Amino acid sequence: MATIIEKGQDAVSSQIEVEALVTGCEAIAEAIRLADVDVMAAYPIRPYDGVMQAAAKLIADGKMDVEYIVADGEHSQFEIVKHACAVGARVFVGSSGVGWFYAMEAIAVTGGLRLPVVAICGNRALDDPGAFGTEHNDSLAVRDLGWLMPWAETAQESLDLALMAWRVGEDKRVSLPVAIGLDGAFLTHSQTIVKIPTQDAVNKFLPKYDLGNRLLHPDNPITIAPQVDQDWLMEIRRQNDAAMRRAQDVIREAHADFKRLFGRGGDNPFLDEYMTDDAEYVFFGQGTLALPMKVAIRRLRAQGHKVGLVRLKWFRPFPTADIVKSLLRFKAIGVIDRDYSFGSPNYGGVLYHEVRSALYSQPKRPVVLSFIAGLGGREIDQNMATQIFEKTKQAAEKGSLDQGDTCTWIGVRE
Amino acid sequence: MAMTEKTATVAVKPGEERLVSIEVVYRGIFQKTLAQRICRGVVLASRRRNYTGTAFARYGDSPERNGVPAKQFAVVAPTDLELEAGMAKYEPAVVDVSVAVDDTLVKGIESWAWYGRQPIWKPVRDNGFVLVTSNSTPDELVQQTDKAERPYTLAVVPGGASFAGLWVYKDDHTDYRVLGALARLLPDWLPIEDVKASIRESTKDEARVVSVQFGYDNVRTREVKKGEGTDAHEKLQFEKPGWTKMREGIIVEARKPGERNPFYKKYTARTLRPVVNFDTCIKCTMCWLDCPDECFEVTPSGHYEVVYEACIGCGICAQVCPVKDCIVMVDELKFTDNTDKFVLYDKQPDAYRQWFTEMTGLPAIGSDKPAATGGD
Repeated sequence: MATIIEKGQDAVSSQIEVEALVTGCEAIAEAIRLADVDVMAAYPIRPYDGVMQAAAKLIADGKMDVEYIVADGEHSQFEIVKHACAVGARVFVGSSGVGWFYAMEAIAVTGGLRLPVVAICGNRALDDPGAFGTEHNDSLAVRDLGWLMPWAETAQESLDLALMAWRVGEDKRVSLPVAIGLDGAFLTHSQTIVKIPTQDAVNKFLPKYDLGNRLLHPDNPITIAPQVDQDWLMEIRRQNDAAMRRAQDVIREAHADFKRLFGRGGDNPFLDEYMTDDAEYVFFGQGTLALPMKVAIRRLRAQGHKVGLVRLKWFRPFPTADIVKSLLRFKAIGVIDRDYSFGSPNYGGVLYHEVRSALYSQPKRPVVLSFIAGLGGREIDQNMATQIFEKTKQAAEKGSLDQGDTCTWIGVRE
Repeated sequence: MAMTEKTATVAVKPGEERLVSIEVVYRGIFQKTLAQRICRGVVLASRRRNYTGTAFARYGDSPERNGVPAKQFAVVAPTDLELEAGMAKYEPAVVDVSVAVDDTLVKGIESWAWYGRQPIWKPVRDNGFVLVTSNSTPDELVQQTDKAERPYTLAVVPGGASFAGLWVYKDDHTDYRVLGALARLLPDWLPIEDVKASIRESTKDEARVVSVQFGYDNVRTREVKKGEGTDAHEKLQFEKPGWTKMREGIIVEARKPGERNPFYKKYTARTLRPVVNFDTCIKCTMCWLDCPDECFEVTPSGHYEVVYEACIGCGICAQVCPVKDCIVMVDELKFTDNTDKFVLYDKQPDAYRQWFTEMTGLPAIGSDKPAATGGD
């Protein structure tokens, strides 16, 4: 049995990896401590605010030394860390739902400025109506803006991905901000046993933040983001594009190092496959919906059905080659979106469109189905999993969808 | 102390995930930390033998309201894989034990996170447990629980309700006594030695370990058969409409002036109930004015009767009432109905006065005077 510690306590000086019973938010706070973050800006909105509270407590208890700035709103919050990041501070920030949207102007410019801000988006339904449960449309609103976007399934993976985020985002080949998606409630507010790495191990994994000659400092006279016109912007955007393209290899490197040092992270940095070896059709999704779907797969396997799950860990950069290689093995893919894209092709979810687009250039493609499920944090139960299974299996057997068959909403009262 | 030696084991069907779920039902804010300590204690003790677990509060209960029933949970499984069946949920559909850390909760609970009043045993599996911290006996508590739809065991660990506030915690060892009692009820999942070792290690305080043992030794149990209990409590149900039936544009009907919410009634937040002595009431309107939930209705005689469906038992009426012992706060467990007694006072004043004395333990002052409108 590993040593269990009270939240945030003796972990600070521990020379061995310890365990704590913590929420996803508290696991992120431990990552902030281990990464030796210099500046974090906070403004409360649920479910992100669990990180605020946990980090504040670590500071109050003398376990962590971070410049902790409570902003007057989310826009200022994201502006503060953006500027701090430009002068050489390792930073952390986060928000949820409409708070994330209130910060949108600052979020948009951070990608363009190539500043490696690390944020969490505690995924939450967008108001109105006021709702707290998880939905991925808040995070997804920044998908085109040059942010790296990993998604966690467990509190452990939240901590691990946060350490990865600083490593990858701050890498000079990338230098892009990172928005980690954490499902509200199920992940942010549920306590599970999490392994807290030692400071020594983290130091080996995570180098000091160094902006090099891009550091905003009197000794290094530069101007950041002057006004430009059509003569300049396309080249600037192309630099962003190139950085995003390079990120895939940097993630692979970091993932290999992480696995070597901590022994976690699975075989593929981008995809987590479950019972896919002989699978004929698979579910595809991201975040905590993998948990009930894995329970369903074990149940369906016991009945003889060859079904598996592919969970996406990084939505940006979208791992097209890995996805194609993985998904071409199956006859049908049931993509489960915890998001919506009203009026989109086939009225499908965002993830569905990405997967379908990634597979399009292949000469022989599996059938791709779209399911909308778990909006507003609705639990995905075993009945819903069975409905998704039945429709996916049917499509696999038939090899196509019926004419006019569009996205299916699961678990909605008629 | 008489005790049932019967212990329960959790049946595991082949292919089913093995896990045990415990819920703690508590008074919002006043017992939040207590509930969290019990749930964390369950998971941490299970870790002694490398079991794993999750502890969480029901997300919809937050932000909690003073006294409104709320829930936290602990789910334990032998492996991470088996635990998955208990994760990504707001609450387990079925629990092995429902712990009520205030005995007035046995009258039923209505959270503001869902719709309708629920019996305390609602999620408890067949032959599961309802564990209550109480100074009453199991027999007394059964009189106030809803009629059982399936058998369960009612267990009582001695002690009153431990109340604190949002920012403070009353460290009176209630959590340790409850953990000890849980070890008695679920020996296969929560061996007493593991609980004691876990508490000893985390607190380095033998007095707390003694409290664990006290809970283990002193829990009293009583089997409750199907059909036992009361059907005096209101059956408050709510049906959720489908998307084709709901009004578009995120619109719901508002209550008209004077109308009370038929779907959310608040009264299960109550641990004490205001009882009015209509004889000594001077009709000053203070209770009617200051009640934050507008619970008082004026009677034709100018008295103020309590609409108990809307009353959370905050006690402000008793505080602002200028007449000594005119509004008295009385333990909710003493009452089996939820109706005001003004009609009784109006029709049979002496019967009312007798009732008042029985409930409050106070003499019915003014019993020599005629009732306001009745008595003829």
